[in-house]
Amino acid sequence: MSDLQSQDYVRRSATTMTPPAARSHEDQVAKLIDVSRCIGCKACQSACMEWNDLRPEIGHFEGSYENPMDLGPSVWTLMKFAEYENEQGNLEWLIRKDGCMHCEDPGCLKACPAPGAIVQYANGIVDFISDKCIGCGYCVKGCPFDIPRISKTDHKSYKCTLCSDRVSVGLEPACVKACPTGAIMFGSKTDMTNWAGERIEDLKSRGFEKAGLYDPPEVGGTHVMYVLHHADKPSLYSGLPDKPRISPVVEVWKGILKPLAVIGIAMAAVGAFFHWTTIGPNEVTDEDEAEAARVLREKEEEST
Amino acid sequence: MTRPANAITRYTTLNRVNHWINAGLFILLVLSGLSMFHPILFFLSGLFGGGQWARAAHPWFGVLLVISWIGMIIQFWRANLPSKDDIAWSKAIVHVVANDDEHVPPIGRNNSGQKLVFWSMTLLIPVLFVTGLLIWEVYFGEATSIPVQRVAVLIHSLAAISAILVWVVHVYAAIWIRDSVRSMTQGYVTPGWAWHHHRKWFYQLAASRRVSKTTPRKNP
Repeated sequence: MSDLQSQDYVRRSATTMTPPAARSHEDQVAKLIDVSRCIGCKACQSACMEWNDLRPEIGHFEGSYENPMDLGPSVWTLMKFAEYENEQGNLEWLIRKDGCMHCEDPGCLKACPAPGAIVQYANGIVDFISDKCIGCGYCVKGCPFDIPRISKTDHKSYKCTLCSDRVSVGLEPACVKACPTGAIMFGSKTDMTNWAGERIEDLKSRGFEKAGLYDPPEVGGTHVMYVLHHADKPSLYSGLPDKPRISPVVEVWKGILKPLAVIGIAMAAVGAFFHWTTIGPNEVTDEDEAEAARVLREKEEEST
Repeated sequence: MTRPANAITRYTTLNRVNHWINAGLFILLVLSGLSMFHPILFFLSGLFGGGQWARAAHPWFGVLLVISWIGMIIQFWRANLPSKDDIAWSKAIVHVVANDDEHVPPIGRNNSGQKLVFWSMTLLIPVLFVTGLLIWEVYFGEATSIPVQRVAVLIHSLAAISAILVWVVHVYAAIWIRDSVRSMTQGYVTPGWAWHHHRKWFYQLAASRRVSKTTPRKNP
């Protein structure tokens, strides 16, 4: 399904030239998380740790099923549990597997200042190439979903890779493999969208009129999509953004300001140079020295 | 160092040492900062041993610059207080730029351009410091919310660009007004220089007999 090599980058952070794209004729992939089928068993969380050799520090019980309480440099996916009382007064337990959404237009990649530290493969996976990461935390500011976490040990940014290493050899991501209910599916984005359509139809027939697919167009769609029973209110699911978008502040900073500033500074230097070559230096003349000497002589005479 | 007999001290040894510490830190900050600002300038991070080093060192240069700049404020704030001469001088800016000094009104120790450089930096350095702390990932990454950090990084960039532009003007003005650089490296100017560029200052010095036609002054 994918080569995932340096020859099929479609986007590369801090790069002004076209990245190598000769092998980019690939299907777009997607992971589909069907929230309505999730039982909150955390098999995906364990599988992620297992496959990626991640061992987050053991913490404390915080009075919640959520464990640990936040994503981290060693926690790339996390089950989030939300209790929601619906219009009928019934409790709904909304469980969502949180992690990188693999945006088609990734804010992390846009914000990253290190060339090649964040790349997007032709199949849509957004990957961190950690040896190029400088640990500045700009990806954290660029991300509309609050996903990347910087390690305090090695000062590198980490997040879900969508198991790019597995996908490159034709396997599905570890979380998909481990899911016992089929709530996590993986395949081409077209297939996943179609499958989601069937699921949504089923949910609607069972009374979830607002069921729908979460594939937010504000970030060009995502390569991790959710089937939600309340697609009109994504924020019910532990703060999934209703309208995720790269912050306009980041757009200005990484858009117009970058070239304008460099051009502005260069023009100032060039302008100074041409002032020098046209108008030239302002020099002190012998007459100035003579005038100054005359004044000093007068002052000295006054005082004696 | 060798000084002409009639040299006028413009910057004391302390002034100069402080200024050049400041200048060195500012240049280090510009180089490391620009490397993280635009990809075509990322190569500048190599001067610091790579991207991780540039990222790690930049904030510390900033902290040192703040300390150094406090020294600059203490030494130079008085000379940069606005005066009514500033209005007349600013109105004659076209003549200033054209080296048409006959039409430039006489001014004291500093002209409005120099004052502008001083006060711009005095405003921008604290802005850069505070916004810089907010985006200092290692120590303050979790201290504020991400939206706050987004605004901080934008303000930090804008303030940095402004400071760099001010700095370009400052450096060029020093080259353009001949012998200004010497006043900051060796500390002195000639009476003719003071007469030509800062006549009121020259008269003040002459009146207070802090400058003599003949007696050489010891380097302070």
